[in-house]
Amino acid sequence: MIITTINHVPEMKIVTHFGVVSGSTVKAKHVGNDILAGIKNFFGGEIGSYTDLLESARETAVQRMVSQAEQAGANAIINVRMATSAITSGAAEIYVYGTAVVVK
Amino acid sequence: MLGYIEIIFAVGAIVLTYLTGSFVEKRHFRNLSRRESAARAIPVSINDEILAEHGLAETELVVGSAVIGSDYFKRAFAGLKGLFGGNISAYESLLDRARREAILRMKENARDNCIEIACCRIATSSIRPGMFEAVAYGTAVYQNPRI
Repeated sequence: MIITTINHVPEMKIVTHFGVVSGSTVKAKHVGNDILAGIKNFFGGEIGSYTDLLESARETAVQRMVSQAEQAGANAIINVRMATSAITSGAAEIYVYGTAVVVK
Repeated sequence: MLGYIEIIFAVGAIVLTYLTGSFVEKRHFRNLSRRESAARAIPVSINDEILAEHGLAETELVVGSAVIGSDYFKRAFAGLKGLFGGNISAYESLLDRARREAILRMKENARDNCIEIACCRIATSSIRPGMFEAVAYGTAVYQNPRI
């Protein structure tokens, strides 16, 4: 699966268009990490556990988008965009979307 | 009597977190400028086009992200500024750190033979009050090794 943020795949032609495919995940923290994050948020600095959590959530969302595109029969996803939103404190939604296409 | 103790604790926390927060921030900015000068070889563009069209072998989605927390002093300062209006400089530097860190990590996630990162997008969101996430993502373009 070729995934790009540009509106084409270099040196290839778009043959079929399948429309929008997307994947999302909602992830929450477990309490231990949340307390540590609260302490870090008091003194300042990067919240490493949150970075890791959102990174793994993003990977899952991309995988879900890819499996949706595979089901449609696409071999590439172009114009991919990502969005994050906080649902409640300590839980975030990651949304990844793009256009599924067949390229040759 | 209890009121005095609470005030002393609050002032103590503000002074303490001002010191720890500014120490962490200065260290992070030093770290960023050092790594930025090392990673300058990869051009990043916002354009929807690839600059070097010939001789490229493949493209790949690269992502970098960072969650930066504030400190008690910054939040108190921001709350105070919120009453009077104006620039909240304490949060401006926080967002700057998060974005620069995200772009750097995106560059570092690309493989060595990357010639450019095209169509880079940056998104920012607030996870919790005073805690910001920045994501940078783009299309890494790799040169064909045979050419």
